Amino acid sequence: MRIEKRPHVSILWLVSAPLLASLAALILSAALIIWAGQSPLRAYQELVLAALGSRGGLAETLSYATPLIFTGLAAAIAFRAKFWNIGGEGQLYIGACAATALGTGILTAPPVILIPLLFIAGALAGGILLVIPVILKTALRVDEVVTTLLLNFIVLLVVSFLIEGPWRDPMALGWPQAAPIIDEGVLPKLLDRTRLHIGFLVAVGCAVISWFVMQRTVWGFEIRAVGLAATAAAFAGMRVTRVVVIAALISGAMAGMAGVSEVAGLKGYMTLDLSPGFGYTGIAVAMLAGLHLLAVVPAAIFLSAVYVGADSMSRTLDIPTYLADVLVALSVLAILVCTVFARYRLRFS
Amino acid sequence: MDLFDIMLSAGFWAATVRIASPLIFATLGELICERAGVLNLGIEGIMTIGAMTGWLWVYQGGDLWGGIIFAACVGMVCGLLHSMVVVYLGASQHVTGIAMTLLASSFGYYVYKMLFPRATTPPKITPFEPWAVPFLSDIPLIGVAFFQQTPLTYLAFALVPVVWWFFYRTPLGLAVRAAGENPSAVEAQGLNVLRLRTGAVMVGSAFMAVGGAFMTMSAFDAFYFGMINGRGWICIALVIFASWHPGKALLGALLFAGFDALQVRFQQTAGAFIPYQFFLMSPYILSIIAMVFMARRARYPKALLIPYYRGQRV
Amino acid sequence: MTKSPNQPFRSQSSSPLSHESKGTPPSGGVPLLVAEGICKTFGEHRANDDISLRLAAGEILCLLGENGAGKTTLMNILFGHYVADAGTITVAGQPLPPGSTQAALRAGIGMVHQHFTLAGGLTVLENVVLGTQSLWSLRDVRANARVRLQTLMNDVGLRVDLDALVDTLPVGQRQRVEILKVLYRQARVLILDEPTAILSPQECDGLFTTLRALAARGLAVILISHKLEDVMRISDRIAVLRDGRLVGEVAAAKAKRDDLVRMMIGRSLTQVSKGTSEGNDQDTGEPVLVLRKVSVRKGRDRLCDVSVSVRQGEILGIAGISGNGQSLLADVIYGLVRPDQGEVRLYGEAISSTQQVIDAGVGRICEDRLGTGMIAGMSVAENAASTRRRIPPFARWGWYIDNRAVRARAQDYQQQFDVRCRHIGQPIAELSGGNIQKLILARELADQPRFILAHQPSRGLDAGAIAFVHECLIQARKQGAGILLMSEDLDELLALSDQVAVIFEGTLSAPLARDEATVSRLGLLMIGHADEIENEKIEKKSKRHAH
Repeated sequence: MRIEKRPHVSILWLVSAPLLASLAALILSAALIIWAGQSPLRAYQELVLAALGSRGGLAETLSYATPLIFTGLAAAIAFRAKFWNIGGEGQLYIGACAATALGTGILTAPPVILIPLLFIAGALAGGILLVIPVILKTALRVDEVVTTLLLNFIVLLVVSFLIEGPWRDPMALGWPQAAPIIDEGVLPKLLDRTRLHIGFLVAVGCAVISWFVMQRTVWGFEIRAVGLAATAAAFAGMRVTRVVVIAALISGAMAGMAGVSEVAGLKGYMTLDLSPGFGYTGIAVAMLAGLHLLAVVPAAIFLSAVYVGADSMSRTLDIPTYLADVLVALSVLAILVCTVFARYRLRFS
Repeated sequence: MDLFDIMLSAGFWAATVRIASPLIFATLGELICERAGVLNLGIEGIMTIGAMTGWLWVYQGGDLWGGIIFAACVGMVCGLLHSMVVVYLGASQHVTGIAMTLLASSFGYYVYKMLFPRATTPPKITPFEPWAVPFLSDIPLIGVAFFQQTPLTYLAFALVPVVWWFFYRTPLGLAVRAAGENPSAVEAQGLNVLRLRTGAVMVGSAFMAVGGAFMTMSAFDAFYFGMINGRGWICIALVIFASWHPGKALLGALLFAGFDALQVRFQQTAGAFIPYQFFLMSPYILSIIAMVFMARRARYPKALLIPYYRGQRV
Repeated sequence: MTKSPNQPFRSQSSSPLSHESKGTPPSGGVPLLVAEGICKTFGEHRANDDISLRLAAGEILCLLGENGAGKTTLMNILFGHYVADAGTITVAGQPLPPGSTQAALRAGIGMVHQHFTLAGGLTVLENVVLGTQSLWSLRDVRANARVRLQTLMNDVGLRVDLDALVDTLPVGQRQRVEILKVLYRQARVLILDEPTAILSPQECDGLFTTLRALAARGLAVILISHKLEDVMRISDRIAVLRDGRLVGEVAAAKAKRDDLVRMMIGRSLTQVSKGTSEGNDQDTGEPVLVLRKVSVRKGRDRLCDVSVSVRQGEILGIAGISGNGQSLLADVIYGLVRPDQGEVRLYGEAISSTQQVIDAGVGRICEDRLGTGMIAGMSVAENAASTRRRIPPFARWGWYIDNRAVRARAQDYQQQFDVRCRHIGQPIAELSGGNIQKLILARELADQPRFILAHQPSRGLDAGAIAFVHECLIQARKQGAGILLMSEDLDELLALSDQVAVIFEGTLSAPLARDEATVSRLGLLMIGHADEIENEKIEKKSKRHAH
């Protein structure tokens, strides 16, 4: 058996790959549901209904999708340039830190000014955090996977120090948390009596803008070219190092904005459990979207529906919530396999 | 208590050796994978599921060594899955590894939650007992530090020369190294690159799983969520630090563990002035610094991260 | 298809020229290797069309043919990398199972690939013993192997440091390691794919001596080459392939150069050079590119004190054996590598970046088409715009890429240069080499640059595409462009260039005018014998003085 390149890659294959992959993941995970003594069909029905079947559920799904869109963009942009940024989690928290630093009373300004300011600050913080691995990578050839991963742990400990120490909210009882974002900085709600806030629109806007930049501008062209073939890009006159740095900064900025949106939109204050791994799930989102920046939005909504639905399903049917993580992991593996088969075919000899 | 006192205390050295043990297992495991040309970012998840399954085996009434073997087998299955996607299909090793970590750890957690849905305190097992090596354990300082450890620790240290011998003295080891250097060279000599790589990833993953099992069966006596806590990632840094050499991997693991043990002790004395988070942070920072110093000199296996398709030649 | 047993070498679909090789004596002795009716097609391309060969122990057979004639495919079938569509192979009377490298090795076939298959991070000894014993054995055979290899090396006169890392060895030594690998396995047939392409003439002599010694010991050798001189020097018998067919076989002793050429390319060499060589009736003008005492070192490659100037309306050829600094010289001119010393002036200005070189308007036809020239993974249209992405018509306001303009321009290119693709959105990597080169020519020559750097512009292309490339270059010269043409193909250089300089180990000779540049003189320069030429010149001068 050998594997060989298809002479032409059909668009149909590439488009149907994520759908096939999700289906495969659902089928594989069914075994776990059966083990829990439930009918997979009923469980999935429950999941879909909980996530999409009501106004509240849908709003919850979209609000959970908001940080995933940001981190998905972060992963997709970096991966496009072949920069393996696995540090979305750390960049998210540092973005949240920036929002907390500026949004808890140091500055007072009307929301029109303060909210964009918080996003800009978060984006800068996320981007700057990623500068460390970028420099280590481009100047010293230190593998960025390990540095970005380890920075996640370091940032989390910094956050822990901040909210137990200097930023601790004296008013809060029990768990350590930072002071709340002042009212002018809180993101307005999109729907009453839900948690959905305008962060979602910002995220979608970011997806559209970054897609436009990636597809229609010289900068995006250079990022794509460098990611596909660095030597050829250099030959075409691109400054490879600079392009990688720019892509990484944009990537970090996206993840940083996820943190702002969570702190200023959803939680209202900084805690240590601000993100249940949005940074890592962002990688799954990006892969499911095939690194296409507009497709990140539906991919994020899909995965968020899985998480939101699984959460509610686990309560009603008594299935551990970790099922959602298994589902996500399986769909990433399945999409990898499907993409390979879209580009290659097996030959039995 | 100053540095000098700490360095002279047997407890410090014993802790260093204990902390190093799981790192040695997992670092050797990652090293075996990478020597064959495959980055295995599933390490964190494989350690987690190894910790869970090894402990589970014993909790269900199996014996301790059976638990280790069971964990190793589970690790091998994970390795097989990883190499199916990465070696045979040639998918991105980075993304597959991250997905493997997510899959292995969440699957482990799922199983744990299924079996112990209402456990408020983690169920405990009787872990490996320290076993004092006759005569050697009576040597002052060194005896307590090195020769009153659990059998798993001895196993970890014994594996280092075994892995070295395997790579540098056996034909199979040679073939694995060649597969990570230039797969076409292996294929031209009539060997099967894909099988070599798959085998290496499976064995390496088994090592990682045993490293995880050390946590529940020797270091502690129960399974906690998030107990691996980035140790897998640190092992990847250690492999780079060790420049893909088993002996240096041991050195790296010991240095790292020594630093970890030291920071815990300093935390007790200096904790009043410096917040504990900075002590906890130091191992991660140390890993990054170590990589910065070693990255330039490191001799990467040349075919690392590069998929090999059979019959594909230049 | 059955064959008459008394005509084992003749393919039935032989070309009209094959009668010339009539009377070739079948090699003496029992045939060790017999290939019968080998066919292999890739897609629509017939790489091997009914090829039959036979080889005796102690014989050196050369497979001669142009690039793409099917030599390497045939050898890959012998060695089990490919499975033939039809045909059989027998070694010493035993049929060889198809498609198994292992079986080929076991049958005693050893192959030295054009691109070496050595693990760079392992020692020579490790590379040699790799795969020679059961993987599950626990015995360390290296002490044994060392002794055996020492005697082997003494016997055949191949010397290599067994404990050196392969990475640290020069190319010639690596080739010896490859040969040792084959000998260590006690092979009976040794296949060498283009072994002389990477060797200096001295190393070449050494290799040939070794091969003679090996043949004398009863080893059968197949040598693949497209270099006539090498082939005629070393082989007992020459088999010529063209377009996947065996077009003739001759005993080397009886072979005539012209006949071989005719068999190889289907017409005679004089015809070929006539097709392209036209006198340069245009006056050469301003210098467009000037290098003054450029020295640079990068990895193994280096340039020392390279000075050269290319004027408008001339083609300056640079000859040299591959790996003598051509790529580095190209990179310096592209602005990819900054020289340590000396200066590079393009149109009178110093080069600061690749983008500047592009913006100044330079036609860059690079050596590695898909790896460097084009961004594999992007579409035909995107590649058409990749170098001029910041300027109109491709970009507006310097940053917005106008896809409509990109597509329109790509379509122009496609029509003008007859680039065959399904549509301009097709990934460039799906196109054939010739079509990729056409797109590169279209892109690079579109704005009629005053300077063109053509590095191996016709390598690996079929005859039609080569003619097209040459036509483009000549056309550009007529319009006044200065062209620097680097090639390893002397015929191409002599057919196109007004002057030829030779690069050897990073040093560039003074250019010779075309009437001075003979194959023999260039050959001497290519192997670093500049002194002899100087002497020759002085002699001539003194003779003239005497007159």
